[in-house]
Amino acid sequence: MTIADMVRVLHARVLCGQERIDTPVYTACCSDLMSDVLAFVNEKTVLITGLTNPHVLRTADMLDLKCLVFVRGKVPGDDILEQADEQELVVITTKATAFSACGLLYEAGLRGVPIEWPESEERQ
Amino acid sequence: MSALIHKEYPVEMADYDHAGEASADIKRQLKQLGVPASVLRRVSVASYEVELNLVIHSEGGVLTLEVTPEAVRLISADRGPGIPDVDLAMREGWSTASETARSLGFGAGMGLPNMKRNADDFNITSKVGEGTTIDMGFRLA
Repeated sequence: MTIADMVRVLHARVLCGQERIDTPVYTACCSDLMSDVLAFVNEKTVLITGLTNPHVLRTADMLDLKCLVFVRGKVPGDDILEQADEQELVVITTKATAFSACGLLYEAGLRGVPIEWPESEERQ
Repeated sequence: MSALIHKEYPVEMADYDHAGEASADIKRQLKQLGVPASVLRRVSVASYEVELNLVIHSEGGVLTLEVTPEAVRLISADRGPGIPDVDLAMREGWSTASETARSLGFGAGMGLPNMKRNADDFNITSKVGEGTTIDMGFRLA
C-alpha cells in the first residue's frame, strides 16, 4: 500500500507532501499519547492521531515517521504544516474517527507496527 | 579521548512551545557526524523524553550533549524539585504530570523507563530540594 492508497481508502485530503504520496507504507500505529508512541514505535511508520500540536511533529521527527493521519477532520495550523513539509512528512486528514480509520486501513491490508512490549507487561 | 562535540542546552520549566528544540538540534548534530541510524534513533527518543521531563517536571535545567569517538553522552541536570521516590518514578505508568502536559500527549508515565530502555548506560540521582541528574550513555564503538 502507498500513502496514495491510504488517501483513497480514508477519503482523506492531503494537507502537505503531495509529491511524496507514492511512498510505500507497511505498518501504522494509532495513539494520542506521544509518550507511548516514543516508547513502542521502532520503525518508520504511519501515525494516526487526533492530536495536532507541535509535539506530534517533534515525535515524528525523533522517530523518522513518514506520514501523519489526522482523524475526525482535524486540520493543524499553517505553521505546523510548514514544519511538517520541512521534515518531508506527508500529512493527511480524514473525517473518519480513529477507530474507523484504523478499521478501514486494516481491512485494506495495512497492519500494526510491531512493538516491543515493556518487560513488566511480558510477565503478565 | 577528546570530545567531538560538547554542547549545553538550557531548558526552562513549562516552556512547552520550545520543548523538543534541543532534541531536534542534537539529532541534527549527530546525523551530520555520521552516527549510525540505530544509535541516532535511541539517542533521539531518550533526549526528547529527558528534555520533556525538564519542561514538565523540573524548575529548569541544562541538557548537555557530549560526543567522543566511543560514545554519545546525554546529561540532564535540573535545579529541582527532586524526586522523593526514584524507584516509583521509574515504574511504567507512574506519572505526576500536569493536565497541561497530558493534554499535549505526555504524562503516560513512560518517560524514565523509556530512557532506560534506549540508553546503554543509565544513571539517575535525585535529592529533594536540590534536583535530579540523569546521565545516559550510548556506545558508538
